[in-house]
Amino acid sequence: MMLLRYLSQIGKYFLMWKEIFSKQTKWSVMRGLIFKEIDDLIIDSLGIVAFISFFVGGVVSIQTALNLNNPLIPKTLIGYATRESVILEFAPTFISVIMAGKMGSFITSSIGSMRVTEQIDALEVMGVNSLNYLVFPKLIAVLLYPFVIGISMFLGVFGGYIAAVYGGFGASSDFIDGLQINFEPFHVTYAFIKTFIFGILLASIPAFHGYYMKGGALEVGKASTVAFVWTSVLIILVNYILTQLLLT
Amino acid sequence: MIEIKNIEKSFGETKILKGVSTIFEAGKTNLIIGQSGSGKTVLLKSLLGIHTPEVGTISFDGRIYSDLNSDEKRELRTEIGMLFQGSALFDSMTVSENVGFPLKMFTNDNKKKIKERVDFVLERVALVGAHNKLPSEISGGMQKRVAIARAIVNNPKYLFCDEPNSGLDPNTATLIDNLIREITEEYNITTVINTHDMNSVMEIGKKIVFLKNGLKEWEGTKEEIFRTDNEAVVDFVYSSNLFKKVREAYLKE
Repeated sequence: MMLLRYLSQIGKYFLMWKEIFSKQTKWSVMRGLIFKEIDDLIIDSLGIVAFISFFVGGVVSIQTALNLNNPLIPKTLIGYATRESVILEFAPTFISVIMAGKMGSFITSSIGSMRVTEQIDALEVMGVNSLNYLVFPKLIAVLLYPFVIGISMFLGVFGGYIAAVYGGFGASSDFIDGLQINFEPFHVTYAFIKTFIFGILLASIPAFHGYYMKGGALEVGKASTVAFVWTSVLIILVNYILTQLLLT
Repeated sequence: MIEIKNIEKSFGETKILKGVSTIFEAGKTNLIIGQSGSGKTVLLKSLLGIHTPEVGTISFDGRIYSDLNSDEKRELRTEIGMLFQGSALFDSMTVSENVGFPLKMFTNDNKKKIKERVDFVLERVALVGAHNKLPSEISGGMQKRVAIARAIVNNPKYLFCDEPNSGLDPNTATLIDNLIREITEEYNITTVINTHDMNSVMEIGKKIVFLKNGLKEWEGTKEEIFRTDNEAVVDFVYSSNLFKKVREAYLKE
């Protein structure tokens, strides 16, 4: 019974995609909606992403430095480990999980509130394709999500540099050398491929839970929680699958 | 004119509408009344296309809704204005933006023309000076008037109202009733109102359809409702002493 319910939900999710792209809203209206979503979803996320990235980059750097007890291991490893951790996993995956809470709950609660207050019914009755009107601009806005992750990568590594050099754990030249050792440009490509897919999940899963929710204000809160859980679970699962496909 | 024939609608095992047929005429305020759970909201939502009946047809001036393709359905919906029970105004938009929304979506009018039309309908619903306020900054009665303005801004052929007076004081409720009646007659709109407010029935009910347990129990005019012997209607409409006395006075005349 539960399996059937999940299968039905998955089917509904894919049908939602079809509806999002049918009967497009007028471009003059859609343009404004896209800019608003870029502001709400991308620009408003920069502050928290920058803060977390800078300090977590610093912590990764310090913890690596503290574990380098063997004098045979070069100090360049601090920069190398910080680069690999931040670019491969921290920025694309863990920032996305954090964004599932920040961006995802915003999407679910804003669409869910519209459902509860009959604003979505009002759109439908007017002849507006409400899924296109509400979800399409969010999907376009998250195309800029890799830009956020790019900033996160830079600030994570920069935080690591500041912590290592100004914390007295290594010389500036060692850290910069470490950043350049065995650099694989494909790792950056891999990170951005992941980020792009996570961005789509970040917009579509919370939108699905908000759009199809039933009930009142309490259910909006519950839908936000469920959306966060499912978005996080799928990000972690997709991360595993993509890593297996792209790096092995 | 909207004609519904033998509409049936179920949710799971429960049959809510059990074969309702009636005609809602243009230029008249048609009221659907009945107790809670009688199926009037389901009937209204079926008319709006939010629910799909399993049996029966709904035709809008000869266009059978279930026979239309999705583009034709959306096209038809642009001819519909709807006043929701909770107003359903877009809370991130100002009063002007809410009212101008259908024009912005479905016409190629420029900003100046949209503004002129918005000003005109806001004046029509006696709301001047609230243009830049958000829905949260105005009273419930004003929100209802904004919702009416939004519903009529596109010159709809059909206007649906779900409990237009709920949560309003008697003065504002009468004002809203009169506004709906005037607009209906002025623009020859087919208006369907879902209500259990007996004041509305007495004030603006040109045609009344009484639902009971998902069936059309009775239909008639405001005048006929005073003379009916139908027990279910009498029990429902004249449950308060005030309306009993109104009926007695009317029958004496």
